[in-house]
Amino acid sequence: MNVVYLIVQQTMFFSIPLLIVALGGMFTERGGVTNIALDGTMIMGAFTSILFINNMQDSMSGTGLLLIACVIAALTGGIFSLLLAYSAINMKADQIIGGTALNMFAPAFCVFAARTVQDLGVQQIQFNNTFRVMKVPVLGDIPIIGKMFFQNTYITTLIGIIILIIAVVVIYKTRFGLRLRACGEHPQAADSVGINVYKMRYAGVFISGVLGGLGGLVFIIPTSTNFDSNVAGYGFLALAVMIFGQWKPVRIALAAAFFGFMKTIAAAYNLIPFLDNLPVTSEFYKAIPFVATLIVLALSSKKSSAPAAVAQPYDKGSR
Amino acid sequence: MNNNRILRVLSGEGFNKAVSSIIAIIIGLLFGFLILIIANPDNAVQGFLTILGGGFMGGGQGFGQVLYYATPLIMTGLSVGCAFKTGLFNIGASGQFIIGGATAIYVGVYWTSLGSVHWIVAILCAALVGGLWGALPGLLKAFFNVHEVIATIMMNYIGMYTANYVISHYAYDANRNLSMDVAKTAEIPKWGLDDIFYNQFGAYKETSSLNGGFIIAVVIAIIVYIVFYKTIFGYELMAVGHNKDAGKYAGINSKKQIIMSMIIAGALAGIGGALVFLSGPSARHIAIVDELAVDGFNGISVALLGLSNPIGIIFSSIFIGYLDQGGTYLQSLNYMPEVIEIIVACIIYFSAFSLLFRKFMPTLIKKFNKTDDTGIANKFDDAGIANDKIANNIDNAETQGGQK
Repeated sequence: MNVVYLIVQQTMFFSIPLLIVALGGMFTERGGVTNIALDGTMIMGAFTSILFINNMQDSMSGTGLLLIACVIAALTGGIFSLLLAYSAINMKADQIIGGTALNMFAPAFCVFAARTVQDLGVQQIQFNNTFRVMKVPVLGDIPIIGKMFFQNTYITTLIGIIILIIAVVVIYKTRFGLRLRACGEHPQAADSVGINVYKMRYAGVFISGVLGGLGGLVFIIPTSTNFDSNVAGYGFLALAVMIFGQWKPVRIALAAAFFGFMKTIAAAYNLIPFLDNLPVTSEFYKAIPFVATLIVLALSSKKSSAPAAVAQPYDKGSR
Repeated sequence: MNNNRILRVLSGEGFNKAVSSIIAIIIGLLFGFLILIIANPDNAVQGFLTILGGGFMGGGQGFGQVLYYATPLIMTGLSVGCAFKTGLFNIGASGQFIIGGATAIYVGVYWTSLGSVHWIVAILCAALVGGLWGALPGLLKAFFNVHEVIATIMMNYIGMYTANYVISHYAYDANRNLSMDVAKTAEIPKWGLDDIFYNQFGAYKETSSLNGGFIIAVVIAIIVYIVFYKTIFGYELMAVGHNKDAGKYAGINSKKQIIMSMIIAGALAGIGGALVFLSGPSARHIAIVDELAVDGFNGISVALLGLSNPIGIIFSSIFIGYLDQGGTYLQSLNYMPEVIEIIVACIIYFSAFSLLFRKFMPTLIKKFNKTDDTGIANKFDDAGIANDKIANNIDNAETQGGQK
């Protein structure tokens, strides 16, 4: 039974960042801009916030420090994503090329900056994990469920779930959400009723940057104690989660849970006696999430409900 | 008359594209300079000069090294560029490259009974496996509507882990923590290049890792050029890339073309892996790390800078190899070599703006033109703009094809 608790807890650690980043991807694509730079955005967000933790951990600790770091990660991601927004919206550049450039920039910049800022040119940024919540009061005492979800957890799990709820409300129940979706489906029509398409698209990209940066930090905190300018391709997995979730928040949450579980098997297969005994090597398990993604995409892409105008630059003058 | 010809060249499509690449390179380099200044103002000027003069600072051996770095980039650049031409965006060159390299090393270590054709077989096997690695995303795109960008990214990771598995289980040198050296028969011959690019220190001759692989890459680039621009097969591939519906209307099977062009792209990147890793004990080896090979992503920059033209890709590869070589000298000035990757990323970012430059250039020329007041020149200029419009339309179709 302990193994089951462990797997559920691990799955949460892997699912929550995927959920947050994939929701970010949803916002930007619903607005009509593809943000393939989410991986780089995660790296940038994790970099600044963990550098902050690294510098402040002597005077602060615990959930308070983590929350400030979250704000820093989100802001970094948001600002970084403006580079994509500028190229995609103002310059009408190819969004995939712009995103690829940012994906190349982020890890190179973070390695460069980390080695320049830190003593002895060390590339990894260390931090002490003082953020673990051993047991949530009251809820942690519920049998079984308490052990699965409310023990050995992080405040970031709660943040992820709150973001999911907000995303559902914003995208379906607010004027902003409706307008954003219009810009992704038919920007000309949106423009004709007085919606500023450029502004809406900027908003979508910015939200994706905020969530992407936050997701980077949320990914690193429970799974590591140092940051090496790398989020293990999580930004790309998040894009796959978004497609599997068909650009709908609740389905994205389910998809994220599925992928989190796959990732847990990849990372913790040696804790599961049955899998550990199989004559298969670690490389095989590490590749599982990516193979699973391909299979799932093959099954779910046929009837794709992608926003109609995604990845197409909007030109006011065009017919 | 002569004046008109110059104007026609200036307002032509090719020139404007080349200028936009050059502007992107200049902005990228300036940004790199800025980063150097922020990191350490004292050495910034010297560091920048090192980047600019980088490839020539190591003498003959150094420039040989530049061409050796350029070799895989030509192949991954061709891989990305060919896919671009057919309307597909192949981000998967990295995985195709590394799986090709691992295959070549496996063949190079074990199939020693082949004798003098050993290295040729190793390259062909790399092309085959690389082609398979490209075929899968092609099939998924053609039959299951899976976006090739996502599929090739996933194949990158699967390729990396598979290559790690092959190397760590079958061709691992525990002393150096790298892949094993391939057999002597599997090394690509030098073809006299070691007599051109070397440094002489007394009796000692310092040679570079450069070998016939560079020549093979250049020849393949020329073949690709001929296939794409001079054959029906290439024309059909590009027709689908420019406009999928028009291609279909003309009776071209677009599913077949998608799969075909992904196989070609994968095979090209796979050969790139073979050319790098079949280059002797002092050259590059595969390290067992969970990191994607950077050559694949540099292939994207190379293809963009070379405007997806095979001949252009040869030159842009040498340019990026030249910057890389400069980066290795930067460490003596206490700068991290990652600044080169930052510069390359900037160049790509700004080369994506090329549409703006292309709109801007003809306007500029028109202004210049008005002052010299010749009717004929204006006519030529208008024709140039019309050409440009067509070029833009084709371009849009190309990019949209890649994104659908």
